[in-house]
Amino acid sequence: MGSLIPQFALDLWNGLPVELQTVVTHVFKIVIVLLPLILAVAFSTYFERKIIGYMQRRIGPNRVGPLGLGQPFADVIKLLIKEVVIPTRSNRFLFLIAPLLSLIPAFATWAVIPLNDTFVIADINAGLLYVLALTSLGVYGVILAGWATNSKYAFLGAMRSAAQIVAYEIAMGFALVGVLMAGGSLNLGDIVRAQEGGITSWFWLPLLPLFVVYFISGVAETNRAPFDVAEGESEIVAGFHVEYSGVAFALFFLAEYANMLLISALTSIFFLGGWASPFEGLTFLGDGSFLREPSLMWLCLKIAFFMFVFFWLRATFPRYRYDQIMRLGWKVFIPVTLVWIAVEALMAWLQVGPWAA
Amino acid sequence: MTISDFLPAAPEISLLCSICAVLLIDLFISDEKRVVTFWLALVALLLNIWVVVVSAPPDPTTIFDGSYIYDPLSQVLKVAATAVVALGFFYARDYLRQVGMLKGEFFVLGLFGLLGIMIMISAGSLLTMYLGLETLSLALYALVAFDRESPQAAESAMKYFVLGAIASGALLYGISWIYGVTGSLKFAEISQSIAVRPELNDVPLWFGMAFLVVGIAFKFGAVPFHMWLPDVYQGARSPVTLYIASAPKLAALALILRVLVDGLEGLHGVWQGMVMVIAVLSLVIGNVVAIAQSNIKRMLGYSAIAHVGFILLAVFAGSEAGYAASLFYTLTYVIMAAGAFGMVLLLSRQGFEAEAIADFKGLNARSPWFALMMLFFMFGMAGVPPWVGFFAKLNVINVVLDAGFPGLAILMVLASVVGAYYYLRVVWYMYFERAEDKSVFQAGRDTRALLSLNGLAVLALGIAPGWLLALCLAVIG
Amino acid sequence: MFQAILFYTFAAVLIGAAMGVIFSRNPVHAVMFLVLAFFQSSLLWLLAEAEFLAIVLILVYVGAVMVLFLFVVMMIDINVERVQGGLVRYAPLGLVIAGLMVVELVQLIWARSRFEVATGGFAATPEGYSNTEALGAILYTEHVYAFEIAAVILLLAIVAAISLTMRKREGLKVQNITSQVAARAKDRVRVVKMEAEKRQ
Repeated sequence: MGSLIPQFALDLWNGLPVELQTVVTHVFKIVIVLLPLILAVAFSTYFERKIIGYMQRRIGPNRVGPLGLGQPFADVIKLLIKEVVIPTRSNRFLFLIAPLLSLIPAFATWAVIPLNDTFVIADINAGLLYVLALTSLGVYGVILAGWATNSKYAFLGAMRSAAQIVAYEIAMGFALVGVLMAGGSLNLGDIVRAQEGGITSWFWLPLLPLFVVYFISGVAETNRAPFDVAEGESEIVAGFHVEYSGVAFALFFLAEYANMLLISALTSIFFLGGWASPFEGLTFLGDGSFLREPSLMWLCLKIAFFMFVFFWLRATFPRYRYDQIMRLGWKVFIPVTLVWIAVEALMAWLQVGPWAA
Repeated sequence: MTISDFLPAAPEISLLCSICAVLLIDLFISDEKRVVTFWLALVALLLNIWVVVVSAPPDPTTIFDGSYIYDPLSQVLKVAATAVVALGFFYARDYLRQVGMLKGEFFVLGLFGLLGIMIMISAGSLLTMYLGLETLSLALYALVAFDRESPQAAESAMKYFVLGAIASGALLYGISWIYGVTGSLKFAEISQSIAVRPELNDVPLWFGMAFLVVGIAFKFGAVPFHMWLPDVYQGARSPVTLYIASAPKLAALALILRVLVDGLEGLHGVWQGMVMVIAVLSLVIGNVVAIAQSNIKRMLGYSAIAHVGFILLAVFAGSEAGYAASLFYTLTYVIMAAGAFGMVLLLSRQGFEAEAIADFKGLNARSPWFALMMLFFMFGMAGVPPWVGFFAKLNVINVVLDAGFPGLAILMVLASVVGAYYYLRVVWYMYFERAEDKSVFQAGRDTRALLSLNGLAVLALGIAPGWLLALCLAVIG
Repeated sequence: MFQAILFYTFAAVLIGAAMGVIFSRNPVHAVMFLVLAFFQSSLLWLLAEAEFLAIVLILVYVGAVMVLFLFVVMMIDINVERVQGGLVRYAPLGLVIAGLMVVELVQLIWARSRFEVATGGFAATPEGYSNTEALGAILYTEHVYAFEIAAVILLLAIVAAISLTMRKREGLKVQNITSQVAARAKDRVRVVKMEAEKRQ
C-alpha cells in the first residue's frame, strides 16, 4: 500500500483534520458504490430489451456500438438534450422535485447494503429498519408526480400506485420480520453472517414462503410488470409520468431500475446469503478455489439473476387487473407472511432450521 | 415471571379470548341464525363473571410492574359491569331482531367495550388507564354510529368522536404533565413521590391535574363538558344508549377513584374545589334542563348528568365513607338506568321508536305490570323511599354533611325535589293519560322476566340496602 | 460543538417546516411541510442516539400515515380562501393557547431544574448498546400489558371500521375472484376429438 501511494500524498492526507478525513473517505465510498450502480442501471435497460427480445424471438437493440452495447448511452444522451416540458397549470415545484424524490431513496438505501464481509458505507445497527423506512419513501415521488402534473391520467396512475405500494409494503415488512427472527439482528451484515454454512442454510429454504412473498412484493413495489397498473399504457397512457419528458423522465426511469436493483440486492442479502458462495461445500473444487470463497462476485451474480427474473416476468405475464392486485396483496400475501411468522416461532421453539442449537 | 404471575389478569385475558372466539364463530353464522352470536356473547359474559370470581387472589396484588391492580373494589366493579352489559344485551336482542339490526358486530363491540371497562377498573398506571379508556371509547363511537342508515346516529357519533378525541387529548396532556413533574405514570409511585417531596405540590402539577379532571368530567358527562351526552343518548339507537348509559359509568367511577384518589390524593385540597364546581353545575343544570325535555332518551340523558353530580359530590367529600357512597350510588344508578332504557326498548318495535315521553301514555292500561316496573325505575331515580335511589342519595347527603358542607346538602335536596318532577311526569302519563298506541309487546318471555327482576331489584335493594352498603364500605376500606 | 450546530440547524428547519404547515395556502404543500417536519424531528432523535424511534417515526408517519393524508388531501377539493379566513379569525385564540403552553412548559423545565442537576447534552450510550434492543426489552417486560392493550385497540379499530363500512348492497355486480382463480380450462373449453373427414 505504502509503495503505491507517494509519501507526500500520505503526509497531505494525515495533515487533514479528522472530520475532513471522514467526510472524504465517505464520499469516496459513496462514489465507488454509486458509479457502478448507475452503470448497472444503464446496462440493465439494454439487457432488458435484449432478453425480452430473445424471448420474443427478436434480436433487440443492435445498432449502436458492437452488439448494440452503446444503446444505453445513446438513450441517455437523447433524453438529456430533450426539452423538459412543464404542463400549464401544473404545480411547477412539485412537478420537478417528484422524480428526485423517487430516485433519492433508491440510491440512499445502498448506504447500508454490505457488498462483502467488510465493505459497507454505513454499518448501522438498525439497517433493516432503515431499509424499510427508505423503501417506504419511494411512493412520494409517484404520488406527487401524479398530482402535480394536473392530468387525470397521471392522477389515476398515482392513486393506483399509492394504494398498491402501501398494500405490498405491509407484506414486505412482515416478510422482513421473518428474516429478522431468523437472523437475530437488524444489521444486514449480521443477517448475511447468520446464513453461513452453504446453500441449504441460506434463509430461502426455511423461509421459502417469505422469500416468494418478498420478491413478488418487491416486483409490485417497483411497479414492474405484471403489477404495472400505475403505468398501464393500455388504460392510462403512461400513468403518473405521462407528462414527463427529457431529464425528468430519465430520472423516473433511473429510479425504477435503481429500485429493481435494490430489490434484487435485498432479496439476495435476506434470502440467498448475500456474498456467500453457493459452492462452499464442494470440496472437489480445491481448497483455494475462488468458486468456494465468499466474494462480491456472488452478490453481483445473485443480483443479476433476480434482474433476469424481473425481465422474465415482464416477458411472460399479462398485466394483473387492479382488484386482483389488491386481493393478492391483502388477502394472500399478508396472511401467508403472518402464518409463516407463527411457523417460524414454532421452529425457533423446537430449535430446527436456523435456530438449531 | 411465569404464567401463574399473570393469573390476577385472567379476567381480561379470558375475555379477550372469548371476544376473538365470538368474532370468529360469528363469521360462519348465517344471518337467520344470528341470535346464536347473542347467546355466545352471553356465555362469554357469564364465563367472565365466573373467571372474575374464581381467579381472584386472596389479597390485593399488582402485576405487570404495577400497571395492573387487583383489589376487592375491582372485583365488585367488574362483576357489576359484566352483569349490566349482559342485561343490556338481553334487552337489546329482541329490538335488534325486529329492526333488522341483529348483527354480530354489535355484541363484539359491546364485549370490546366491556374489556376496556375492565382494563380501566384494574388500571394501576395512567398509561393503562388511558389505553382502557380508548378501548372503551372506540367501541362506543362505533356503536353509536352502528345504524348507518340514520343521519342522527351518524351526527351524534361524529360529535361524540370529535369531542371524545379532544377529551382524550386533554387527558393525555394532563398525563404528560403529571409524568413530567413526578417522573412516573403509576398511581402508587405518583402518590408516593407527592408524599415524599411536598415541594412538587405546585402549579405544574396542578396544571396537569386540571387537565385530568377535565378529561374525567368529559367521560362522565359532567357540566360543563356534558354537551355530547344528550345528543348521543338521543341520536344513538336505544340499545346503544342503554349500553352507554350503564356500564361505562362504572368505568368512569373507577377512573376518578384511581386517578384522583389513588394517584393524586395528596392534592385533595386542590381538586376538591374543581370537583365541587363541576358537581354542583351538573346537579343544577342536569335537573333543570331535564324538565324541558319531551324525548325520554334525552330526558334520561340530562338526568344522568344530574346523577353524575351526586356521584362527584360523594367523591368530593374525600372520606372513605364518601368513596363508598359514590360506589353505592353508581352501582344502583346503573341498575336503574339499564332498567329504564330496557323499558324504552320494550315499547319500541319495527318502525316505531318509543322515544317521546308521550309514548308512555296509558301504559297502565296496556300492561299494568310493566307500568309498575317503569314506576319502580322512575321512583328509584327520583329518590322516593323505599326505592334504592333514596338510600343512595341519602348516603351522599350524609357524607357531604359530615364533611362540613351543609349548604351543598341543602342544594342536593332541592335538586332532588326538582328532579322528582320530571320522573313523576312519566308516571303521570302512564297512569292518568289515555293510550294512543295499543300494540302488544314483542319481547321474548326471558327478556320480560329479566326486566321484571331488574325492576324488583330496585325495590328490594331499597328495602334492604344494608348488605350492599356494607359491601361498598368493605371494598373501599 | 458539532452536535450543537447540527441540533440548532435541525431544530430551526423543524420550526420553519411547522410554520409552513400552518401557513401554506396549498394543502398538499402543507402535507409536504409536515413530512419535512417529521424528518427533522427524526434527525433530532438520531442526534440523541435513539435510532429506533427516529427510523420508526419515518417508517410509520412519513411512510404510511402521511401517504394516506396526501391521498385524502389530493382527492378533496379544499376551498383555500375559507381555510385562510379561519386562520385569521382563530389566530388570537391559538396565540393565547400557544402562549399558555409556552409559559407552562418553561415553568415545568424550571421546576425540574430546581430539583435536578442538568447532565449536559445527551447521555452517552455505552459501546454495543442497541436502542432497538433496549426498547424491545422494556416493551416486552415492564410495559407488556400496555403493549398488548394497544394491540387490542388496533384489533378493535379494525372490527369497528369494517362493521361501519362493509355493507352488502343488493344488486351490486361484483366479480368473485376466488371462483375466477379456481376456474380450470376443462370447465370452460371442451376439446372434442373428431374424425377427419375423408378426402373425397
